[in-house]
Amino acid sequence: MAVYLDHAATTPVRPEAFEAMRPWLTSAFGNPSGGHRMARAARRAVDEARDDVAVALGCEPGEVVFTGGGTEADNLAVAGVVAGARSAGRPWGAVCSAIEHHAVLRAVEAVDGRLVGVDADGVLDLGALASGIGPATGLVSVMLANNEVGTIQDLGAVAEVIAARAPAAVLHTDAVQAAPWLDVATLARPARLMSVAAHKFGGPQGVGALVVRSGVRLEPVLRGGGQERERRSGTHNVAGIVGMAAALRAAVADRDTSAARVVALRDRLVHAVRDGLDGVEQTAAGAPRLPNIAHLCLEGIESESLLMLLDSAGICAAAGSSCASGALERSHVLAAMGLSRQQAQSAVRLSLGPTTTVSDVDTAAAALVAAVRRLRSRAPARG
Amino acid sequence: MSRPLRVLAALSGGVDSSVAAALLLDAGHDVVGVTMKLWGGAQDSGCCSVGDVEDARRVAQQLGIDHHVFNFTDDFAVRVVTPYVDDHAAGRTPNPCIECNRHLKFDRLLARAGQLGFDTLATGHHARVVTDPDGRRRLLRGVDRAKDQSYVVHMLGQGPLSRVLLPVGELTKAEVRHRASALGLRTARKPESQDTCFITAEGGREAFLGGRIALRPGRVLDRSGATVGSVPAVELVTVGQRRGLAGGGGARRYAVAVDVGAGTVTVGNRDDLCCEGVAVRDPGWVSGRAPSRGAPVLVQCSAHGRAVPARWEGDGVSFVRPERRPAPGQAVVVYDSDTGEEVLGGGTAA
Repeated sequence: MAVYLDHAATTPVRPEAFEAMRPWLTSAFGNPSGGHRMARAARRAVDEARDDVAVALGCEPGEVVFTGGGTEADNLAVAGVVAGARSAGRPWGAVCSAIEHHAVLRAVEAVDGRLVGVDADGVLDLGALASGIGPATGLVSVMLANNEVGTIQDLGAVAEVIAARAPAAVLHTDAVQAAPWLDVATLARPARLMSVAAHKFGGPQGVGALVVRSGVRLEPVLRGGGQERERRSGTHNVAGIVGMAAALRAAVADRDTSAARVVALRDRLVHAVRDGLDGVEQTAAGAPRLPNIAHLCLEGIESESLLMLLDSAGICAAAGSSCASGALERSHVLAAMGLSRQQAQSAVRLSLGPTTTVSDVDTAAAALVAAVRRLRSRAPARG
Repeated sequence: MSRPLRVLAALSGGVDSSVAAALLLDAGHDVVGVTMKLWGGAQDSGCCSVGDVEDARRVAQQLGIDHHVFNFTDDFAVRVVTPYVDDHAAGRTPNPCIECNRHLKFDRLLARAGQLGFDTLATGHHARVVTDPDGRRRLLRGVDRAKDQSYVVHMLGQGPLSRVLLPVGELTKAEVRHRASALGLRTARKPESQDTCFITAEGGREAFLGGRIALRPGRVLDRSGATVGSVPAVELVTVGQRRGLAGGGGARRYAVAVDVGAGTVTVGNRDDLCCEGVAVRDPGWVSGRAPSRGAPVLVQCSAHGRAVPARWEGDGVSFVRPERRPAPGQAVVVYDSDTGEEVLGGGTAA
């Protein structure tokens, strides 16, 4: 049986979400955009889901735009705000942190945006932000919590810098990793836009939402039937949206107890690894971090080899992000934090979730210690 | 069969490595597939494109084995691409496939296989490894002479050979394809890769090099030193090349010398291209020992070239009859003189 410690990649669908979805995949299959009774039933399910999501995210129902996931929400935020500002003849320059998820990074690059650096713990450099933005800036995107190392940003402080230096800019936050664990309704309040993805908090894959505060001008990326108040065309993923709302309700309800439980397990895991091994560096140790991510650099280790050994021991773990071929990419997050190439290539990310048990972390810690010892004892002989 | 081996099978996404993995699986070994990510992004063609990695993964799925991707782009850039560019800049002929085998497949990947606890690394090369009764390994040409790849794996010494399996070397290409079809492998009818994997079909060598080094026009000289023409980029001319060097008189002209520093290409006729022998830099030997000086050998200077009779002279080879001059940088691979089947070793033409 596998020990699954890759919840930051995706986490199992919560039973309540699965049950909530079932009717919309079977008997109640209407298209919410229609006019008959089947359509009305589906429409009502989407509207009620929207109400629930709005409560959980701290916004009005009309400010919720359902999307096909976190990446689409991020792209819509960046491209939509930039296009909206351009067409209104307002400042549209885009700026984001250097440790954003690729969904933001690539979207910002696509509009010739700029990056702002972070410190060694992955905390945004507010001085660099202040000098990196100005009157021409229309969008600033700073993730609430990082997907690789878990660093949490202070969006209030970010918003203050924006207000002082770039009054025309709106703040977007990618809250995809934060949503399962943090009170995003409060912490993301300074942002005018926020992305979430259902499958990180126990909803299904392939559905997400972008919160767009009223007053933010947003051009659609997907044009068509005009769903989501013309902000995102395309037939609603009714089951997915209903599942997302059910999962989010459940996640919010047990968030504090779940976070407290998981942080204790995470620390137990890290302590066990440190007890068993020398040369273990906990990344971003000095910053506020998500409760569920243990990101470690293991001296003298190559992540690819370690992950393969862990996999064969039944431990599902990760290290940074993968490129299209499935190969591990050099982490832009760790590079931005100033880690050397060698350190960055020695990283492993163990991310816990609501289903993680004491036995999971104990098994994983033992397997990790054994794998690292084995790799260190058999440093590759080359030549 | 003796005990099953833990085999790491290098899957390139081609038919040969697919069948290599299938054969070993069939023989009862414990096989895990791996593909090296060596270069570039999603659009790249060649041996490590996303499409090929996908093919490798799908083959692994069909065979029911695990598949992993190792990112070796850093080493590939340093060990293969940079020398390729430097060789061109210096007017030498590069050997990217040989350097990739030397430094990536049979060094970094082999080392990692050992570190991960695999007994052996399997590839889809058409060459054979045989073990003598005393345990020494010998490296032989593939059974299918037309597809033989012993030239590009000639650098394998006793250490690597003891940890490498080349199962398709025992099969003809037709048998490989037949086997792949019989297994229903998606790579069964996949065309063979031909070109340097990191050079795209659209841009070609010129675009690749042009973005990395200054390509300078050169003068074409005859044997007397008189200017008889010009070439757009002296760095792209290889000794022995005919294309783009035709004279007005109709006689075939070959590049017999390239001097990048002076910006000149000297041309001559076929006889001018011939030489009595060639010095060999950094020779290495499969057995670990060089042939004795003056020993008769067969010598092959390109992947699918003819093996010609020669003698090993300690620091190079002398041809029995004058032969076409190997371009500086080309691999000079030495085979036994009896059958020409066995790789003795090789080095680089000076």
